[in-house]
Amino acid sequence: MNAPSPVPLVVAPPGEQLRYAAWLEGTARSGLVLLVVSYFAYVLGLVAPLVPLDMLPTLWNQSAAAFMQQTGSPNGWGWLALAARSDLFNLFGIAILAGGSMLCLLTVIPLYARQGERVYVLVCALQIAVLLLAASGLLTAGH
Amino acid sequence: MRSLTIPSRGARNRPLLRLVAALLCLGLALPAAAADPAGLGAMPWWGWPMALFVVCFLLGIVAVPAGVGGGVLFVPIVAGFFPFHLDFVRGAGLLVALASSLAAGPALLRGGLANLRLALPLALIGSVSSTVGAMMGLALPAATVQTALGLTILGIVAVMATAKKSEFPTVTASDRWAQLLGMRGAFVDGASGREVNWQVHRTPLGFGMFLVIGFLAGMFGMGAGWANVPALNLVMGAPLKIAAGSSSFILSLVDSSAAWIYFNKGAVLPIIAVPSVVGMMLGARIGARLLTVLKASIVRRLVIGLLLFAGLRALLKGLGLWA
Repeated sequence: MNAPSPVPLVVAPPGEQLRYAAWLEGTARSGLVLLVVSYFAYVLGLVAPLVPLDMLPTLWNQSAAAFMQQTGSPNGWGWLALAARSDLFNLFGIAILAGGSMLCLLTVIPLYARQGERVYVLVCALQIAVLLLAASGLLTAGH
Repeated sequence: MRSLTIPSRGARNRPLLRLVAALLCLGLALPAAAADPAGLGAMPWWGWPMALFVVCFLLGIVAVPAGVGGGVLFVPIVAGFFPFHLDFVRGAGLLVALASSLAAGPALLRGGLANLRLALPLALIGSVSSTVGAMMGLALPAATVQTALGLTILGIVAVMATAKKSEFPTVTASDRWAQLLGMRGAFVDGASGREVNWQVHRTPLGFGMFLVIGFLAGMFGMGAGWANVPALNLVMGAPLKIAAGSSSFILSLVDSSAAWIYFNKGAVLPIIAVPSVVGMMLGARIGARLLTVLKASIVRRLVIGLLLFAGLRALLKGLGLWA
C-alpha cells in the first residue's frame, strides 16, 4: 500500500506583507519598463536631450555641481519643467523606482490600523515622512 | 571493463570560473586601456556606457553566487576603473542596489523570508542615517570620499573573509523592544521542510548598528547587505534566511532615501545609471541559475579578491598615489 505523500508545510505570511509585495512588484515593474523605454529613446536620439550626447564624455568626470553649472541642468524638481528633453524624461522611471515604496507603505497602514497595531502605523508614517523629506529637495536646497 | 569517472563538481566548475574571471579582467582592462592614449584611443560617447553595461552584467553574474549585493561591487570597481566622477558613480550605485532589492522584494515577502515587523523599524533608522550620509558624502571633497571608500571596502573584505554565519542562532528570550515591536515569526525551511519559529534579541544594539550601516550606505552609494546580514543574523539572532531576505527588503527603503538626495543634487545621470541597473539585473538572473552549478565558496573567494583589488585602487586613488 502506498503511503500518502506528505502535505508540504506552508506558513502564510501576514496579509500586510502580501499587500506590500503586490504594490512593490507593480511599482518596480512600471519604473523599470519606463526607464528602459525612455533610455532607448534617449540614446537612439529619438527625442532631443538637454545635454547633447557627444558632450557627455567631457562632463561626466566632473562633480555633479560642476555638471549642473556647465549644462544649465536644473536641480531638485526643476527637471519637471524640462521633462520633454529625453535625458530628463528618464528621471521619471528613476523617481518611480525610488518613490514606489512610499505607495506600498501607504497601502499597509490601514491594515495595521485595523489590527490595532499603532506602533507599526507610526513606523510606516515616519518612514513615509523620511522618504518625502528626502524626495522633497528641501535637504539639498541652496547647497 | 572501462570505469566511468565522473568529474567532481569542482573540476566541472573550473573552466566556467576561469571564463568568468577572464571576462571580468577583460572588462576591467578596457577602461584602463582606453585611458591610455596609445590604447583604444578616444572612445565614442556610447563606448563607456556599453563597457559599463558589460562589466555590470559580469558583476551581476558573480554577485549572486558570492552572496553579495551588486552595489558593494559596483561602486569601488566603477569608481576605480571608469572615467565617471564619484558623485555619479555613487548615485548609480544606489540605484543598482535599489533595483536589485526591488526585484527580489516581492518574492521574499510572499515567501515569508523577508519580515515586515523585523525590517520596518530597522529600515526607518537606516533611512534617516543614509539620508545624512548621502548629504555628507556629497559635501565632502571627492578625494576624501575616495580614500574613505577604499578603507571601507578593505574593511568589508575583512568582514566577508572572516564573518561566520549561523543558520539557526539560539535566542532564548527576546528583549523588551523586540516584544514591543512583535519581532518574531515563522517560516518553512526549504532544506529540511520543517517549520521554524524565530525571535530576536539585542534589538537596541541592532538599532545602533543600522544607524551606522545606513550612514555608510548613503555616503558611499552602496547597498549594505554585507553588513545587514551579519547584524541581523549574528547580533540579533535572526535565522540566516530571514536575515538575508529581510536585509534585501531593508535596502529598498534605506537606499531609496539616499537615492533621493543624489537625485535632487543632480548626481543621477541616466547615461550611467540605466546601463548599470539593466546590466546588473540581467547578470543576476544568470547568476541565480549558476548557483546550482558553481560552488559558491569559490566564487566568493574570486569576489573577495576583486574587492580587495578595487579597495586598494580606491584608497591609492584617493591618496593621489595611483591616478
